[in-house]
Amino acid sequence: MPSNLVDSLFIFMLAGFIGFEVIKRVSPLLHTPLMSLTNALDAIAVVGAIVLAGEHKSTFATVLGTIAVVAATVNIVGGFIITDRMLKMFKSSSRPAK
Amino acid sequence: MTEQILTQHIIEVVYLIASALFILSLRWMSSPTTARRGVLAGEIGMLLAICGTLLHHDIVDYKWIAAALVLGTIIGIPLGKVAMTAVPQRTALSHAFGALCVTLVGTAEFYLQSPNISKFTMTVLSMEIILGGLTFTGSLMAAGKLQEILPQRPITYKGQNVVTLSVLAVAIGIAGYLVMHPGATYLFPLLIFIPLIFGVMLVVPIGGADMPTVISLLNAYAGLSAAAMGFVLNNKLLIIAGALDGSSGLILSVIMSKAMNRSFTNVVFGAFGQVAAAATGMQEERTVRSATPEEAASILAAANKVVIVPGYGMAVAQAQHKVRELYDALTKKGVEVKFAIHPVAGRMPGHMNVLLAEADIPYDRLIEMDDINGDFPQTDVALIIGANDVTNPAARTDQSSPIFGMPILDVDKSHTVMVIKRSMNPGFAGIDNPLYYDDKTLMLFGDAKAFVGSIVRELTGGSGH
Repeated sequence: MPSNLVDSLFIFMLAGFIGFEVIKRVSPLLHTPLMSLTNALDAIAVVGAIVLAGEHKSTFATVLGTIAVVAATVNIVGGFIITDRMLKMFKSSSRPAK
Repeated sequence: MTEQILTQHIIEVVYLIASALFILSLRWMSSPTTARRGVLAGEIGMLLAICGTLLHHDIVDYKWIAAALVLGTIIGIPLGKVAMTAVPQRTALSHAFGALCVTLVGTAEFYLQSPNISKFTMTVLSMEIILGGLTFTGSLMAAGKLQEILPQRPITYKGQNVVTLSVLAVAIGIAGYLVMHPGATYLFPLLIFIPLIFGVMLVVPIGGADMPTVISLLNAYAGLSAAAMGFVLNNKLLIIAGALDGSSGLILSVIMSKAMNRSFTNVVFGAFGQVAAAATGMQEERTVRSATPEEAASILAAANKVVIVPGYGMAVAQAQHKVRELYDALTKKGVEVKFAIHPVAGRMPGHMNVLLAEADIPYDRLIEMDDINGDFPQTDVALIIGANDVTNPAARTDQSSPIFGMPILDVDKSHTVMVIKRSMNPGFAGIDNPLYYDDKTLMLFGDAKAFVGSIVRELTGGSGH
């Protein structure tokens, strides 16, 4: 196996453990916004799609890349908007926001 | 040439910062007080990563990228503004979009690189395509069921699991062949097509009640497919984001299946609704006690501690805001009011909390099942609005019940139980609830919104509203 793939496997493993530890601590109160947030973050796949849409190696690749950028952007924009909308609604009784 | 290397370094550093911001973003989601900061960190990370990528030296043409970003934003904004009751189907839809992106990029990469693809790259590329494809159609099916375009009942046939698994096995077989012979481009369309079929077959037999688990599982698949894409493109930021999303989906799936006392395999292959339907056979005439809004109001007003148990039925009846008025009226009278939230109340993890927060109910009043169950023996009144199975004591005692072993809210331990329900018809899952025949239970028959409204009117002196 080439060494950069080994590096990638290490990164995947470490990120997986960090994910488990960090997400375990998220209050069940916020599981819905958590899912919409991770969904938006996951749309970071857009970076791969952007290169594909812009590098012009073949028309086929450009078309697929462009559609992929659209799909990912929908998730980024929609995901962040709805997460923030939900979180704005959570108010404590001792410290009423507004 | 040196300029190119410099740009490459800048991109790497930007990706590093974005990775850190993503981890912090999730870290800050741990509490409602810091969560919005988490969203901001995620947004900054995303913006940095996109700007950094635009510097990439391979990019020669920006017009398609710009057009796609604009179009994506135009579609994304309305999807960010859906009603809170529609968040589960929106989430399923966004899993589909994410998977679509990953599958398309994987497909393009295959045709660009074939036949010079290393075995390792082809392995992860196949995983990317299979996971992406099944997540795409599976999520569309889930969204259709949640939106009630598709029937929510599980659709099953004999030998279904064997057929479904065989389809997956064929896809894996093709992937294996392509790893060995990456020049076999004629097989690649099958590698895309079969997982698309598999995704449909996977979700069709799963009933509406299991949607919280299904959404979480699809979330995990979407994350893993993105991570696989990171391996293919050798992009570490993508691997990290995919791993974070994957572990999040996996944790939520585990929590959801535990809350329903079922294993993954059981959710995916079990077809819950059928078992449940078989169990409604026993017909027994038992008496129930019912009460009027006036009686209910006077019992509530005399209580010290009230626990409200909301279920999805409350959201369907759009009763959240009336419930908020009830909370206000009781609190004003010095009654301590809490809300008991079962993990599967609502249609996705945490959904009920969002629906109640939208109605301005303070989040510190929303108590998780494990924390509130100890309180029920000291509770004067448990008021159940639109919830059924999660309060069914048969889950503790009746071994023949399809929900036996499922953790429930111990409402039957409180002094008085009040249930707002349209009629005695068993709910969607079709399981009879012995709680309704208990001596201390009062059935409040009527529409949740109207009934709670009447109680509030009684409590506020008959005049208001």
